[in-house]
Amino acid sequence: MIRVSDTTDAPEDEAPQPDELREGLVARLSEILGDALVATEILPGKDLWVRVRNDAWAAAAEAVRYTLGARYFCFLSAIDWMPSPYGRYLDAEVDTILNPPEPKEPEPMVPGVTGGDTRLQVFARVTNVREHWGITLKADVASDDDPRIGTWTKVYAGADWHEREAWEMFGITFDGHPDLRHIYLPSEFEGHPLRKDFPLLARVVKPWPGIVDVEPFPDTGEGDEQSAEAGSGEGGAATEESGS
Amino acid sequence: MTAVTDRQKLAYIAQQAADARVNVELETEGMTLNLGPQHPATHGTLRIIARLDGEQVISAEPVMGYMHRGYEKLAEVRTYAQVTTLINRIDWLGSFANEVPFILAAEQLMGVEAPPRAKWIRTMLFEMARVANIGLFLGEMGLQVGAVTPAFYAFRDREFVLNQIEAVTGGRFHPNFDRIGGVKDDLPKGWIDETKAVMAKMRDFCDLIEELLMGSEIFEARCRGIGVIPPDVALQYGLSGANLRASGVDWDLRRDANHGLLAYDDLDFEVWTHPDGDSFARFWVRLQEVRTATKLVDQLCDGLPSGPIMAKVPRIIKVPAGEAWVSTENPLGEMGYYVVSQGDLTPFRVKIRSASFNNVSIIPWLLRGVYVPDVITILGSLYFILGDIDR
Repeated sequence: MIRVSDTTDAPEDEAPQPDELREGLVARLSEILGDALVATEILPGKDLWVRVRNDAWAAAAEAVRYTLGARYFCFLSAIDWMPSPYGRYLDAEVDTILNPPEPKEPEPMVPGVTGGDTRLQVFARVTNVREHWGITLKADVASDDDPRIGTWTKVYAGADWHEREAWEMFGITFDGHPDLRHIYLPSEFEGHPLRKDFPLLARVVKPWPGIVDVEPFPDTGEGDEQSAEAGSGEGGAATEESGS
Repeated sequence: MTAVTDRQKLAYIAQQAADARVNVELETEGMTLNLGPQHPATHGTLRIIARLDGEQVISAEPVMGYMHRGYEKLAEVRTYAQVTTLINRIDWLGSFANEVPFILAAEQLMGVEAPPRAKWIRTMLFEMARVANIGLFLGEMGLQVGAVTPAFYAFRDREFVLNQIEAVTGGRFHPNFDRIGGVKDDLPKGWIDETKAVMAKMRDFCDLIEELLMGSEIFEARCRGIGVIPPDVALQYGLSGANLRASGVDWDLRRDANHGLLAYDDLDFEVWTHPDGDSFARFWVRLQEVRTATKLVDQLCDGLPSGPIMAKVPRIIKVPAGEAWVSTENPLGEMGYYVVSQGDLTPFRVKIRSASFNNVSIIPWLLRGVYVPDVITILGSLYFILGDIDR
């Protein structure tokens, strides 16, 4: 298991088994890519992560497809490592409209497996269906206003739509992609939703009120019925979502 | 394999001619036909803008996003249990199957393993989701080519499976039953025998479909040789599940990449492939897969181990930091979740790899030079679910 803080209960004598298959793959990749292969991580018996330099992204695709034989294209996407300025939870303890939270210092960015220096990272997974292994490749993308990386469409035709989605959701431009345009969102949509600084629109449209005082049911009266329903509806939704 | 008919020869020649023409002509010629987003043949809100030359498609472009719910964004602010509720709704016919890879990824990060009974119950519900999902496909594939009757049989017989799933989980379509560390509840009394009876009924349903549909000349003529996908193209586009196996690629995650996550290592099952790669092959492979799934459920019912259904996990689950990728052989294909955790109650990033997204990405390539009725056949045989494409 990949863990940043290791609190394992595993017995001490369970030395990690050498994973010959994956270590062999890493060796062959580093032969081809040289120092473009920045970091690797092996989960013995299960998985392999490899991080390559930005300019070697397309070369890495060719290496895994043609030399290593991973002809099955699983997916390609991106990660935004910036901690979300809007917080990580759905519920608020206080009413954020009446008591807006203090602006906090932005939390430090913690990169994941195989590290990384930039806010945005592209990652992709390919599988070798003959030898039954898969590999996750990652690459940094410069976090300036124009994040770019090479395209995989010349190597894996299926990367076409995945790169369109990554562009749409993160704003990463794939150099050499034939047709980079919106895939899910309307063509006039502005912004890149999966970036952490893009707020969850539902929360902007209707800010989460936090804990809501449930309106008590009126004793009688038909005129009160509608407002009672509205009040209890909102209160019901609040209490539903405040449990986890 | 039957002899090559004249129709197939014509289709082949027409396809070659259309390929040649596509390279030369501008796309502004011909008629633009808009299939969808509301259309009985498109399984939901898929829109295909097809440019036609007479009856033949010159280019087809799927437009998606009518059902995009932003699950990957939503998952960043929900706890793992809440995300499980969301992801039930990705592939709404094979409901339980959506939860499994996500929960397995979270368990991999936490370092817990579900107890054997939970594993077997999970696998059982997983295979029953396959029977329900692909059982419906068998019926509605007939619907795509014009045979209306099998769809009703499929819906009726699928109800038996859904009733069994409801008896365990409380939900026919959205069970929300998987938990990190195991499953939510144990099986009710008498459920095992009922399920075996239901699986026998589903096997009868498969025989019925074989007689009704596969034996029909019309069905064969509509499906054989239509939408041929060569295996290397299928691999490049990431086609998975029956689509890949119908092109001759022998790859099944249950057999080849289980890693001990589900109970398949203790079970005996066949993996079906077909060399043709056409719509008929995809139908045939799915028919055999439903039969195999019913036999798997029988095996699981017979060999179900006793014991706890939940491992020891804390009440409030904070998943340790790390990244995990788990994918399983879902009814629609390979579905996987790449879960990035930063040691919190909520995941940091969840990438949902859905089978139908890749399956549909081949449509622009596949539909060139195809006749309009065959477009419907091909879409039906690729079998995607909109919730799976759009997430």
